[in-house]
Amino acid sequence: MEQEKKKSLIDNIWDFLASVKLAIVIFALISLTSIIGTILEQRAEPAKNMQILSKLFGESLAPSLYNISEKFGFMDMYHSWWFTALLIIFSVNIIICSLERLPRIWKLIKEPISPMSEESIKKLILNREIILKGKPDNNKALLADAIKSARFSCQEVQEGDGYQFFSRKGTYSRLGVYITHFSILVILAGAIIGIRFGFKGYLNLPEGAVSNAAFSGMNKEIPLGFDIRCDNFDVEFYGMSDMPKEYRSWLTIIKNGREVLQKSIAVNDPLTYEGITFYQSSYGMVPDSIGRGIFVFRLISNDGKTSNTNLRFGESFQIPGTSVSGKILDFSPALKVDEHGHAFTYSDHMNNPAVFIEFSGAGKNTFSGWLLRRQPNTWQLPDGHRVEFIDYWGGEFTGLQVRKDPGVWIVYLGCIAMSIGLFIALFMSHRKIWIKAVEDKNNTRVLVGAITNKNRAAFERKIDAIISILRKKQEGVK
Amino acid sequence: MAYITAMMTYIAYLAFKKSQVGIAATTITITGFIAQTAAIILRWSEFAELSGMGFLRSAPMTNLYESLVFFVWCLIAGYLIIEFKFKNRSFGAFITPVAGLALAFIDLTGISKEIQPLVPALKSNWLLAHVTMSFIAYAAFSMSFSTGLMYLILSTGKRNELSYIFWTLTFGIFFIVLASMGLDLLTFKVMVKPDIFIKSYLFKTSFLNPSAVVKILSWGLAFITLFIVWRYGHVLRTVIEKFDLNADMLDEITYKSIAFGFPIFTLGGLVFGAIWADQAWGVYWSWDPKETWSLITWFIYAFYLHGRMVRGWKGKKVAVVSVVGFMAVMFTYLGVNLLLSGLHSYGSQ
Ligand code: HEM
Repeated sequence: MEQEKKKSLIDNIWDFLASVKLAIVIFALISLTSIIGTILEQRAEPAKNMQILSKLFGESLAPSLYNISEKFGFMDMYHSWWFTALLIIFSVNIIICSLERLPRIWKLIKEPISPMSEESIKKLILNREIILKGKPDNNKALLADAIKSARFSCQEVQEGDGYQFFSRKGTYSRLGVYITHFSILVILAGAIIGIRFGFKGYLNLPEGAVSNAAFSGMNKEIPLGFDIRCDNFDVEFYGMSDMPKEYRSWLTIIKNGREVLQKSIAVNDPLTYEGITFYQSSYGMVPDSIGRGIFVFRLISNDGKTSNTNLRFGESFQIPGTSVSGKILDFSPALKVDEHGHAFTYSDHMNNPAVFIEFSGAGKNTFSGWLLRRQPNTWQLPDGHRVEFIDYWGGEFTGLQVRKDPGVWIVYLGCIAMSIGLFIALFMSHRKIWIKAVEDKNNTRVLVGAITNKNRAAFERKIDAIISILRKKQEGVK
Repeated sequence: MAYITAMMTYIAYLAFKKSQVGIAATTITITGFIAQTAAIILRWSEFAELSGMGFLRSAPMTNLYESLVFFVWCLIAGYLIIEFKFKNRSFGAFITPVAGLALAFIDLTGISKEIQPLVPALKSNWLLAHVTMSFIAYAAFSMSFSTGLMYLILSTGKRNELSYIFWTLTFGIFFIVLASMGLDLLTFKVMVKPDIFIKSYLFKTSFLNPSAVVKILSWGLAFITLFIVWRYGHVLRTVIEKFDLNADMLDEITYKSIAFGFPIFTLGGLVFGAIWADQAWGVYWSWDPKETWSLITWFIYAFYLHGRMVRGWKGKKVAVVSVVGFMAVMFTYLGVNLLLSGLHSYGSQ
């Protein structure tokens, strides 16, 4: 007695965990709680969510609502204990549900299809009857053709008063659902592996700088196990606008003092080394970069002599073959001239870099002015010399997202499995068909019976097509 | 081009309603469809030339305008398939106006039709596959929405029945939101303030009007509308009954559309989206609002598919779920951009 009761309690829990009802409840719970998670900003500063709450519910309710949300972890809900618990129950639900059903389905798949009696065919959901002229044996080829035209490959048995064809198709499509369900577990496992054994960080690397670590959210250092250097960074704009078309970093990996890998990366085109991937994510000016950056000029005198020069802020250069010299007096990362002819810097990104150079030397017409990198027409000097502003190197940093995620391939594998599983589960069906021919007063009575687990209407059309082929042939015989 | 198709679909609609000149209506719809296809291809090649990014990369699917046009295209394609399969035209009377409305919406809002340059993050084949497949799925889902809603209209009678209240509310709110947005657009057009982004202008003429009187008036009107729809909902039912639509067929189309859309949404919407995010930002899943809302949508449709398996959930209850599912789709697509903020800035203009 005692034991039976205990067993039934466990049974109840088991049944509960195996039920589709629980699955539905979990779907609803995850959806509803996620909605809250999209309204409140996750992992944001308290003030921000306070503002959102008071906008939605008024100033007076906001503080207490905030405290409640805070307590239940809604400010970081996707990492909270109860959301994790929900996902665990979800997984357990899938596992137990599959354990409960898979053996039965497997038996169904393995069980061979066998011929049926007339009565049982008539009891099937889809069944048709048609009389063909002539004895069953004379109609055999006709029947076989009709079946073949519906793309069934049939088995055949001889019976006392006739014969029977029977066949099944798409038996293994029954497993599609289980592939789908299993893939969910695979994806979750991959995500857990990624969280457990991987990291997410960032690294702002100025041009020319080397780093052996990335940083996580709290400015915690994560050692990489190798060095990475940013050789160059460049932004390409759409025409003369400030809308970036592409930005690119040229990176070098240095392991034990040796350069082992060189690659340029851009958005959507990352670099991976030893399982760590570097993504181009942002860029900006190095603060107080004035002393750090190097100006690259190509100098061309009016009689064609050319030389290249690299300079720092405040340094001077000489146009080759002349006594004209220039001195870098000012720099702006993004220069614009307002309507009064007054130059100012309009952005702290290097959208339109410009140098102010004062020239002095032989001629009387000394000149000083702004040379803009994106506007070659400013490179021409009044006396025919030309100063091409090639680059300002070292002033910008490239913003890299750094990630190591050993689970990502498992996640992708799960995704592929899920897609395949879904296509099988929803687009394929398990169909069985029986066609029995019986002699009936020197004619043939043909019974067609069929079942399918899905998309009955389509199968019904197919069977009617078989019947109508038979009818047509019959009329041809007449 | 949008005009022509919209007009055609409207004519088709009228033709449906007045007499059953079904063949003419179908022809018009097909003509409009072909015209739209041609226009899309034209725009595509234009952009391909302009951007020099190669043909595949420049598919016209990068901003709100293009994606809406593509959505309409999918919807009409889906409808034509259904008409063909079920040999029932009356259904078109409900789909073509939706297509027409969407196109009119595009025109009215003056959503930028310019071919815009792409920010670097959007240059990805994964994104392209992601957006294309998402919209095919959205079209399937909107099909299931209209059939689900019609199913509810057909199969509920009593005014105190929950599902009756549900569909009248949904229908009423739908109508009210559309009407007030229409008002916004009209006044917006009249006052032409190009410096104000239309987004910040939403509902300013009605529910969020600075003047308290207008505000109260609009809320009052909204409630009256809801009440009228609730009170006279059965009129709609008799209208639908006139077209030879039966509940079982609607239920089947709802299921079929969702069963078709779900795998495509899974692969295109979630998986390809995740791969793209992974390539662009280095995280395949970051719980940002757009992603989360896609997931919510996905769960609702999973809810639908499994709901059908639990006994007693046939019919009305799952039809409610299919309607809720599409509301989630719309929120994912428009609401997140308009109301919530996130990583996905694309398509917000
Ligand atoms: C979000 C996760 C899930 C997805 C995407 C999913 C997907 C599917 C799909 C596509 C089907 C086929 C439906 C149809 O034929 O109309 C299905 C069937 C089923 N699912 Fe799920 N499922 C999920 C979670 C679950 C869970 C948690 C359970 C737990 C009980 C469950 C239990 C079942 C059962 C019992 C069937 C019917 C199997 C059969 O026909 O033999 N599913 N699922």
